[in-house]
Amino acid sequence: MVGIVSYGCYIPALRLERRLIADAWNRNSMGGERSVANNDEDSITMAVEAAANCLNDRKREEIEGLFFASTTAPYQEKMSSALIATVLDLGREVATADFANSLRAGTAMLKAAMDSVKSGSAQNMLVTTADCRIGYPRSDHEQTFGDGAAAILVGDKDLVATFEGSYSISNEMVDVWRNPEDKFVKTWEGRFILDEGYTAHMKEVVLGILKKYDLKPEDISKVIMPAPNSRTQRSLAASLGFDAKTQVQDPLISNVGYCGAAQPLMMLAAALEEAKPGDILLLAAYGDGADAVIFKATEYIGKSVNRYKINAFLKNKLMFSSYVRFLSYRGILEAQPGEPFRLFPSATVSWRERRSSLRCHASRCKKCGCMTFPVQRICYHCRSKDDYEEVRVSDMTGKVFTFTRDNFGGRSDDPVIVQTVAELENGLRFYGIMTDCDPDSVQLDTPVELSFRRIYEGAGFHNYFWKLRPVRKGEIN
Amino acid sequence: MGSIKDKVAIIGMGCTKFGERWDASLEDLAIESAYEAYEDAGVGPEDIQACWIGQGSAPVLGIGGTIVAEALKLRDIPIIRNENWCTTAHIALIEASIAVASGLYDTVMAIGVEKLKDTGYPGLGTGRGMSPVLEARRTAPGSFGLIAKRYFKTYGLSDEEGKQLIGKIAVKNHDNGSLCPKAHFRNKVTLDQVVNAPIVAWPLGLFDCCGNSDGSACAIITRAAHAKKFRSDPIYLKGVGIAMDSLLPHLRPGFDWLNFDSLVNSSRKAYEMAGIKNPREELDVAEVHDCFTITELAIYENFGFSPRGKAKEDIDSGFFERGGGLPVNVDGGLKCFGHPVGASGLRMTYEIYKQLQGKADLPERQVKNPRLGLSHTFGGPPQISAVAIFGNERG
Repeated sequence: MVGIVSYGCYIPALRLERRLIADAWNRNSMGGERSVANNDEDSITMAVEAAANCLNDRKREEIEGLFFASTTAPYQEKMSSALIATVLDLGREVATADFANSLRAGTAMLKAAMDSVKSGSAQNMLVTTADCRIGYPRSDHEQTFGDGAAAILVGDKDLVATFEGSYSISNEMVDVWRNPEDKFVKTWEGRFILDEGYTAHMKEVVLGILKKYDLKPEDISKVIMPAPNSRTQRSLAASLGFDAKTQVQDPLISNVGYCGAAQPLMMLAAALEEAKPGDILLLAAYGDGADAVIFKATEYIGKSVNRYKINAFLKNKLMFSSYVRFLSYRGILEAQPGEPFRLFPSATVSWRERRSSLRCHASRCKKCGCMTFPVQRICYHCRSKDDYEEVRVSDMTGKVFTFTRDNFGGRSDDPVIVQTVAELENGLRFYGIMTDCDPDSVQLDTPVELSFRRIYEGAGFHNYFWKLRPVRKGEIN
Repeated sequence: MGSIKDKVAIIGMGCTKFGERWDASLEDLAIESAYEAYEDAGVGPEDIQACWIGQGSAPVLGIGGTIVAEALKLRDIPIIRNENWCTTAHIALIEASIAVASGLYDTVMAIGVEKLKDTGYPGLGTGRGMSPVLEARRTAPGSFGLIAKRYFKTYGLSDEEGKQLIGKIAVKNHDNGSLCPKAHFRNKVTLDQVVNAPIVAWPLGLFDCCGNSDGSACAIITRAAHAKKFRSDPIYLKGVGIAMDSLLPHLRPGFDWLNFDSLVNSSRKAYEMAGIKNPREELDVAEVHDCFTITELAIYENFGFSPRGKAKEDIDSGFFERGGGLPVNVDGGLKCFGHPVGASGLRMTYEIYKQLQGKADLPERQVKNPRLGLSHTFGGPPQISAVAIFGNERG
């Protein structure tokens, strides 16, 4: 048996009311709000968050493969999954691959993972997906798009849902695309692409999989159909004979937005959270054709397998007050340059320090137990030399020990930096930047956790490191 | 001026393997050299009362003594960083010695540590000094290469003869380095290879230039009177000299590119303190600043190792080779160790220290019965020179 062992979403804390976008252009608002990746987030960091949520306290060394799917990988040439696997502290022998270039990359990846485990080439595969697509200013996309991530742990035992089958169709059509030099998503005429592209192929794939497995619409407990907008999804569901109130999974458009290649797995994770034993879930996703997959919930469904439910992300949010800053965060509008970074980035240094700066390892002295981050060869406390073991601290929580609000430390469009010293477990101190917070709300003893973020650009590559973040309130599973 | 002759002694030294140490950070290199020095001296971090660090390439602002405090967990003691071009480590060593000689401290550390291989580029970079326009596009080979044409013309050497002359220095240093386990480059080269190598800044070809390396070296220094408590063969500081020119040679009216005041004055001061009248005869071994072969040639004459214009005779006769009258750069020099700027002066001193103890790592490169040795660095555009002279007997 092959299926889903665990799952988890990630939705960035920042939300922008669509009204603010609409007002800027004197257009009608779609209503609701969209998620916005912070200026230190990208598809890799969001995928790490979702994966950590999905893995929770599972042993990292047991994970045999990691896939990543996105249309917005930070590098055009360089594997994101290799970085994500390192940051998650997976073993050296993990199989990695990136899926890209299509909104169907997420479901294609999920199918490939199921096939890997089914074939016996791996006992489990962690699939991760994130997207952070950018719509043209003033476009509908700008309002409908959201940023988010999801991760699913595929395996062959302890399943919360079994993989029952799949059906795919491929289609060539220039409907939604980006050229290598494009920042913004391009589309052909909306009515054409929705009718002949999305709707036609979603219908075909859903009817196809129902037929293939001899099922009727009423056999499906939840149909999960990501859509570019809510109206299109509603009419598609109705035309297929699904009951909008009971059978159709919320597409997350009103409060998150359409998160590209990540949307199918985000919605699947949300559906799994509410599924009951025996439920049949049908996931169908569009993009240059369509994929459909069927899962059946097992008796283990409902177990707390992940760390945060999707509600934790939906409820714990920071409202973003400015459309202009949104443009600046996405690099659409160039704000006044701030003082340049004086530290020169070095790929050699990043490589050498990967155990601490990526894997987030601290050292624990074998003689006296003193724990320090980053790894120290000579113990701070007893000065014993090269007598330590490495301990992963990325999944630790702690409390703010001291902090200051530096009003000039940040980017010109986000100048306030909350420099923080936190005390994690066993007296371990972590000195870093607090992200995703209202600077005025940080207090001594504020509970914090670690979050992998993009720190700055330099030497032509992205520099990542860990930051602190207030623990989401009352939502840990 | 006073003297610190025979007031302080080195009781332990350490030196890392030099080279492309991709796997080692500044901290790792410092740990490697410091712990060898602790072991050699029979002391530990708790015995160190102050520390001088030579460190050049890290950010101008924002390193201080932190690198050593973090790496070695030295605490509650002064840690003082020195940066002064290529003389960085020598000046750290000399300042540490002066502090011990003053009586304030019993035992201190001088450590030089440098990483040049983290920049993503193989050289020291273009653009030096303080002015963004005056110094633009200036490189180390481009600065020192200027010495050659004036030397060749003054002493009637054709370009080909001049290149052959400095090429022999590269052959000698590579021969020495081939025997030195801690050197970055351990390959012998022929004169043909040297003169036919690609030109970096004429007449300096690939083998006329030292490499870029990572490395660290460390010395533990104590009062001379106490030194024998630690070991039977401490090495005593006999003389020091530092001199910095007031105007870049490039800008100085009348400068002939043969007589470098900083070289002449730094060596004169060190000889006077050490009581050396004739360095050519009295010195037994020397490590001098061969960042480029032409630099080593200039040093022979400015230091009085060879009479003015006569270095060619000494080079041709093998005077500076192992087994010659005054072996120079017996470990292969900067040529073979590369030049991690903030570490080099202490690396050179490590070689002198071991030679004077009769403890060269391989017997075939041990100089016979040396009593007095000199180490030296020369840096800037070039502008500053630092010399230290050591002996194995307390006078």
